[in-house]
Amino acid sequence: MNTTWSRFNITSITLGFAFLYLPIVLLVVFSFNESKLVTVWGGFSTKWYVSLFHNQGLMDAAWVTIRVGLISATVATVLGTMGALALTRYTRFRGRVLFSGMIFAPLVMPDVITGLSLLLLFVAIGMDRGMTTVILAHITFTMCFVAVVVQSRLVSFDRSLEEAAMDLGAPPVKTFFQITLPVILPAIVSGWMLAFTLSLDDLVIASFASGPGATTLPMKIYSQVRLGVTPEINAACTLLIAIVTIGVIIASVANKRREVQRQLDERAAQRG
Amino acid sequence: MKSLGSIRRDFTPWKDPNAKPYIQFDKVTKKFGDFTAVNNLSLTIFEREFFALLGASGCGKSTLLRMLAGFEEPTAGRILLDGQDLRGIPPYRRPVNMMFQSYALFPHMTVENNIAFGLRQEGMPKPDIQKRVAEMLKLVKLEQFAKRKPHQLSGGQRQRVALARSVAKRPKVLLLDEPLGALDKKLREETQFELMDLQQELGLTFVVVTHDQEEAMTMADRIAIMDKGEVMQVATPPEVYEAPTSRFVAHFVGNVNMFEGKIAEQSANTTRITGPSGAQIVVENGGAAARADANIVFAIRPEKIRVSSKKPVDAVNALEGEVYDIAYLGDMTVYHVRLDDGQIVRASALNAARVTEDPLTWNDRAWVSFRPDAGVVLAR
Ligand SMILES: Nc1ncnc2c1ncn2[C@@H]1O[C@H](COP(=O)(O)OP(=O)(O)OP(=O)(O)O)[C@@H](O)[C@H]1O
Ligand SMILES: [Mg+2]
Repeated sequence: MNTTWSRFNITSITLGFAFLYLPIVLLVVFSFNESKLVTVWGGFSTKWYVSLFHNQGLMDAAWVTIRVGLISATVATVLGTMGALALTRYTRFRGRVLFSGMIFAPLVMPDVITGLSLLLLFVAIGMDRGMTTVILAHITFTMCFVAVVVQSRLVSFDRSLEEAAMDLGAPPVKTFFQITLPVILPAIVSGWMLAFTLSLDDLVIASFASGPGATTLPMKIYSQVRLGVTPEINAACTLLIAIVTIGVIIASVANKRREVQRQLDERAAQRG
Repeated sequence: MKSLGSIRRDFTPWKDPNAKPYIQFDKVTKKFGDFTAVNNLSLTIFEREFFALLGASGCGKSTLLRMLAGFEEPTAGRILLDGQDLRGIPPYRRPVNMMFQSYALFPHMTVENNIAFGLRQEGMPKPDIQKRVAEMLKLVKLEQFAKRKPHQLSGGQRQRVALARSVAKRPKVLLLDEPLGALDKKLREETQFELMDLQQELGLTFVVVTHDQEEAMTMADRIAIMDKGEVMQVATPPEVYEAPTSRFVAHFVGNVNMFEGKIAEQSANTTRITGPSGAQIVVENGGAAARADANIVFAIRPEKIRVSSKKPVDAVNALEGEVYDIAYLGDMTVYHVRLDDGQIVRASALNAARVTEDPLTWNDRAWVSFRPDAGVVLAR
């Protein structure tokens, strides 16, 4: 195998990464711009971060986003897990094939369609649009992602663990909470995180489902950008990027640690 | 005193017509869709018995065990435990515990908590649980591993935890599905004896599934040999080996030579058989009742056949042929002799002495001979 880096490879990788990260780097750099003009460098400053925290509109939107994210991710995780359990466990109910196909549909459904149909539903049943409707909309579309993540874990779940628990005297409900749930918990947690991030950065569905007084951060940013990009927005986005990056790093470090610990344990076990 | 095999057994409740059966499968059938995994099977197991289910892969052994544990309901028939019909009783209310083929240890719990799990379910007071867990850990020699998680244990250690967990509740019946399947040969043999000691010590009824005949022979009081969801024979290890009742069982357990033939004459305990080429075999105390002229099979184990270069003077049954193959295995030598009618006979001789008086070699003329009570006549 040819392991030396050809000029072509280097060029394509550089271009690829530049394409991915240059816009982000620009955004971060300009968030520290002294000048009010976004594209003209006027010296280093953190004043936009200060003014960001005094921008009541942005802060309100951030708070709405966080609340929507926490509530919808939690409810979606409960419902998605239940759906995944039903799909993997009760393999004989009528319409299972249809149901399991339908749970994947929202993953590929264009957001515009999901948003529009939810809007029509809320209008039809006469529901006032606001934070509640945004939460409901987010539960609806993130639930499917949770279900898919949890389902893939359940497929490889060893059913004899549950049989062993019942054999030892634990009724089904106790078996679920003491055995099944703890074992699939990592998948449920990643399902929750996925749902939370999806809710955090959703613009389209939230725009359809929300009403006055319930503006999420992406909606706020988008509407401000239409009036012209301000360095304040750059600062807000930089903060979001920082939060997401830190989250990803913590998660992968924890994962890595667990993996290493596991290998050490297994080696210790081999030695007896 | 005469007995089949070399061991005299004192535990024989199945011979006592007044003994109460403990576990009873009564015409049990289990179907998965239109596939019949267990077919109209009846079986009785007695209290404190070490009972083995032996059979090829897929013959329904695990299914039988799972019905007893309550994970599957029979399609037809009844299962009784101590006189009580088990139908409809969920697994968590049956006084039966199972050790799983895959061990099924709870991965998120320490060894200690795995063992304590069943005791907690029955609401045993904490100090008693601690005492019992310590006792169990000592029994399986895992005291220093109490705080480890299952993935920090070797295969053999996991198997011990699974065993400790399943006996911790002192169930009336312990079901073991291929308990030693994942162990290497040496550990397997050690553990077989440990299991037997444990069963004696705790006075439990054991039902063990295995497809290793040596394992079944070593451990069990009685063995049920299964084929395609049916029980072919239930008997003690010596009976299964020395007195199989069908060709399937004779073939399944150990090596065997089979001679096709017809019954020429049958009296009280002597049967005379004629082979296809006219050879005569006399059988004593091994005859299945069959009408004269019926097609039967005469089955005889290799170690009960003598091979010699001259016809033994006192032999009742002697057939002539040619040495076709010899395998020297150290402790014994296996001869393959091609009889004059073309049939190949396998005979094994224990090498009791270092020097052989009458050595044979390939293509020598040779006689195979055996006592009249060395083999059995099988009608099916
Ligand atoms: N849940 C099920 N659905 C359909 N068929 C099944 C099911 N469980 C078992 N079977 C079938 O029933 C038959 C007997 O299975 P069982 O597990 O009892 O075999 P076994 O004797 O334990 O074999 P092994 O030695 O391989 O464990 C097999 O042919 C198997 O395919
Ligand atoms: Mg099995």
